[in-house]
Amino acid sequence: MHELGIVKHVIKTLHEVADENNVRRIGSVTLEVGEVSGVVLDQLVDCWNYFREKDDLVKGAPLFVERVPAVTYCTACEKEYGTVAHGKTCPHCGSTETYLLRGNEFSIKQIEAEVNEGS
Amino acid sequence: MIKVIELKRTVTDSNDRDAETLRRELRDRDIFLINLMSAPGSGKTTLLSRTITDLMGRAKIGVMEADIASDVDAIKIRSLGAESIQVHTDGMCHMDAGMTRDGLAGLEDRLQIVFLENIGNLICPAEFDTGAHKNVMILSVPEGDDKPLKYPLMFQKCDALIITKIDATPYFDFDLALATERALALNPAIKVFPVSAKTGEGMTAWEGWLLDEWEKQKHA
Repeated sequence: MHELGIVKHVIKTLHEVADENNVRRIGSVTLEVGEVSGVVLDQLVDCWNYFREKDDLVKGAPLFVERVPAVTYCTACEKEYGTVAHGKTCPHCGSTETYLLRGNEFSIKQIEAEVNEGS
Repeated sequence: MIKVIELKRTVTDSNDRDAETLRRELRDRDIFLINLMSAPGSGKTTLLSRTITDLMGRAKIGVMEADIASDVDAIKIRSLGAESIQVHTDGMCHMDAGMTRDGLAGLEDRLQIVFLENIGNLICPAEFDTGAHKNVMILSVPEGDDKPLKYPLMFQKCDALIITKIDATPYFDFDLALATERALALNPAIKVFPVSAKTGEGMTAWEGWLLDEWEKQKHA
């Protein structure tokens, strides 16, 4: 359900980008999605495949997803570790004084676009 | 000509900008918008009913009820003499800035404080900025003191946490100090208000905060 709203926002942003760059059609869209961003990828792709057919700008365009592994930093022992396996507790020293370095990204990385001539 | 365009825009980018615009417009119109979020059954409507009754005469309050279906909440609020409007999200699990703007258009202009009663859900509404000036969440005693551990983003995004149904504490294993500590660990700036909308306990503190924040916005 959540993914439906996300796809609508992505398509809205793509229209803005298309206007700014004189884009006629979009050939593909690449998203960057962190491991702990909370997005259900299967649902996201399903929603995309449904909505792209209703919009001439992105009709038929595949959605590519690049996964970003989640990494947490421990301020006590100053080491990094994998968030998915260990959560908030540092596996090196047991401290919970930790914060997420990366892995909650959710952004549109790039698009392949057919641009009008003369631009 | 085919070319690759690098964007690096967050997915909620268009919503974030809509929300910022709405927030500014509402401030210019002297409307203070509160986004109220919680799980289903935590007592959002009961808390609002009590707040509206207590503040009657001090502020002109309106409520926008967002639900997937039905209008029972809107009818309840209207029976108190406050203005309310029902927004249906057609299955969507959250309100975004565009939906909030559309909903507000149905409320009259002279309102001073508007509550957006978001969809009962602790996950999705936390991800979408509605354009509200303050985000407030409710955690009720029967839900348990472990909720901050399960839904961290919601606790991180909110300015205030209202712990409701504290009159029911004797019947549940709810540790108020622990719940507060867990919420503060996620968000040191969050204000915590334990209340019972039924007995009225703690309501003055929450209402005082609300009026103070409203005052601050007027002079901002």
